[in-house]
Amino acid sequence: MSKVLKKWWPLFVLPTALSFVFGFVIPFVQGTYLSFCQFKVISDTTFVGLRNYVDALSDSQFMSSFGFTALFAVTVTVLVNVFALAIALALTRNRLRGTNAYRTVFFMPNLIGGIVLGYIWQILINCVLSNVGADLLALNTVAGYWGLVLLTLWQQVGYMMIIYIAGLQSIPTDYIEAAKVDGANAWKTLWKVKIPNLMPTITICLFLTITNAFKLFDQNLALTGGDPNHSTEMLALNIYNTFYSRVGAKWMGIGQAKAVIFCILVVAISLIQLRATKSKEVQQ
Amino acid sequence: MGANGLNQSMSRKQFVMLGGAVLAGLGLSACGGSGSSTSSSTTSSTTAAATGTVYYLNFKPEADEQWQALAKTYTDQTGVEVKVVTAASGTYEEKLKSEMSKSSAPTLFQVSGYVGLENWKEYCADLSGTDIYNQLTDTNLVLKEDSKVDAIGYVEEYFGIIYNKTLLTKAGYSESDITSFATLKKVCDDIQARKDELGVKGAFTSAGMDSSSSWRYTNHLADIPLYYEFKEDNVTNPDSIKGTYLPNYKDIFDLYITDSTCDKASLSAKTADDATSEFVNGEAVFYQNGTWAYDDIKALGDDTFGLLPIYIGVTGEEKQGICAGTENYWCVNTEASEDDQKATLDFMNWVVTSDEGTKSLADDMGFNCPFKSAKAASNPLVKIANTVNSSKTPVSWAFSVQPGDEYRKTLANALTAYAAGGTWDDVKVAFVDDWATEKAASASA
Repeated sequence: MSKVLKKWWPLFVLPTALSFVFGFVIPFVQGTYLSFCQFKVISDTTFVGLRNYVDALSDSQFMSSFGFTALFAVTVTVLVNVFALAIALALTRNRLRGTNAYRTVFFMPNLIGGIVLGYIWQILINCVLSNVGADLLALNTVAGYWGLVLLTLWQQVGYMMIIYIAGLQSIPTDYIEAAKVDGANAWKTLWKVKIPNLMPTITICLFLTITNAFKLFDQNLALTGGDPNHSTEMLALNIYNTFYSRVGAKWMGIGQAKAVIFCILVVAISLIQLRATKSKEVQQ
Repeated sequence: MGANGLNQSMSRKQFVMLGGAVLAGLGLSACGGSGSSTSSSTTSSTTAAATGTVYYLNFKPEADEQWQALAKTYTDQTGVEVKVVTAASGTYEEKLKSEMSKSSAPTLFQVSGYVGLENWKEYCADLSGTDIYNQLTDTNLVLKEDSKVDAIGYVEEYFGIIYNKTLLTKAGYSESDITSFATLKKVCDDIQARKDELGVKGAFTSAGMDSSSSWRYTNHLADIPLYYEFKEDNVTNPDSIKGTYLPNYKDIFDLYITDSTCDKASLSAKTADDATSEFVNGEAVFYQNGTWAYDDIKALGDDTFGLLPIYIGVTGEEKQGICAGTENYWCVNTEASEDDQKATLDFMNWVVTSDEGTKSLADDMGFNCPFKSAKAASNPLVKIANTVNSSKTPVSWAFSVQPGDEYRKTLANALTAYAAGGTWDDVKVAFVDDWATEKAASASA
């Protein structure tokens, strides 16, 4: 069999490779090229060199969107992982009854689409804000920020929890038992045994939360729409608005340039993060 | 199912090959079949005579069904293939941008006015002298650059203050009592003061500033001060504005948010649906909207509502009529082949001249069309608007030259903040200063 596979593997790789080429490589190359052009439809372009990048980087709105997104990403990455790990630890204890039901409940929000969630939370948060007499979301940057954080937590904690549970269950029980025999309390066991063994899982979860936070779009669009005055507009929404809601020939190219910068940024940040956490992983 | 289920004579090697080929086939078909249109119908041509085909990218989702039916009738009669695709609400520009990049681009598409035209004018064929242009009863309803006609407005729409006759009579007033901003304010203040006695929640429906509703104030209400300013300065599409009638804009907006069904601070979350339901349920007497809202409010009964001009306190406004104009302009894609362009023009002409076409436009879609053979629209709001405007001066849609979505959003933010207790100065900046900024930003560089 292996001999046959050796000969025929290109045929098996072909579907995936083709999808990858058509669905990713070609659009990516074309998109990068377009970021150097002025265009209205993508089949009719004029090369303008680096001007789009100059315009994109000198757009103060883009910069403040970056600041807002970065702040959001840091908060969300910390909070999602702390809550997800805490719940995963609680739900992997043998004594707790109904753990499967709880796991399902925590995971469920992840199955609802971002736009729907955004509108539901918008109604909820606006009700609370109007009851306490504060400005509603459309006029309230602080509430918009924490609303986005809350929404993201609600949606992603359950997902990360599932990954952490899988990670926790893969730690050999002898390690935990040995720690117990040696007299380690629960806190010590967590920090000295469980977390070091969880490092591969933590790497994955951090990677997912950071990239998700940077790429957040539908929740942002539905919950705040960037209001008030673009102050809660994250990078993806800023790019979308540049591309679609501005009038004039130059804006689509600028939007495209922003998208390329955005892509490089997300790749760079996740590579740095992967390297940083990978170095802490231990071999079992 | 594994190798066991296959014919024994087939070797492993053949099986691997077969599997690979099947997978490759699946992968390919998955790439090819990426249809993204919301609705489409292609009717195959029945005769060989017709060479050109028509592809209409329709702007109005509420009229999709009627366009599909019209396309089918036309194909049955002439054999010319007509494809109608409708963009989902609020996504027309996105859809148009992606469709225009394709090899089979729309031959007939829409722009919303001079600002929308800015993106597409290189793609617009010159329509002057065409059959459909000669059918126009009002040549003001075209978008032009010098002598080149880029687009033809095909439906005339109206907006003003829709009111509930029953409630207005109950309050002791009639339409003739309201002839200016001062009298409108007097009536509204009185109704607001007696709202419990009259059984209403307020004079005006909520001036919702949610994105589903804010255009009623950033675009339509802003039309009147812009109209008077442009008229005074004798301009049509200025690069900057002075805001001469901004105090009047403030007066009318103040009236809307003060004599209202709801608290000012909650306006930012109020939607268009909220306002519609307040009006339909008789909780408010006045409701600013246009002829397109007929379907939403017809539950009240055709005799129950009337339409007033929007008075803002300008001298001589007793003669001011309803705002009349269009945001629906047809353009023919100049990049399409000669045959396709000709087929498209023929189709357009058929729609506005044939019995089937005019009937569908007037009765099924309820449009008031500015063409010679057009039938009278069935929409009662259109009829009222025409009656009012026959003795008064219609207000044109000056807001259609506002510098785009970005300007509109900023203005909406400023109005929302003002309603919730902010300052009018921010509205002034958004209304006047941003005009020049955004016009400059949209200029082709």
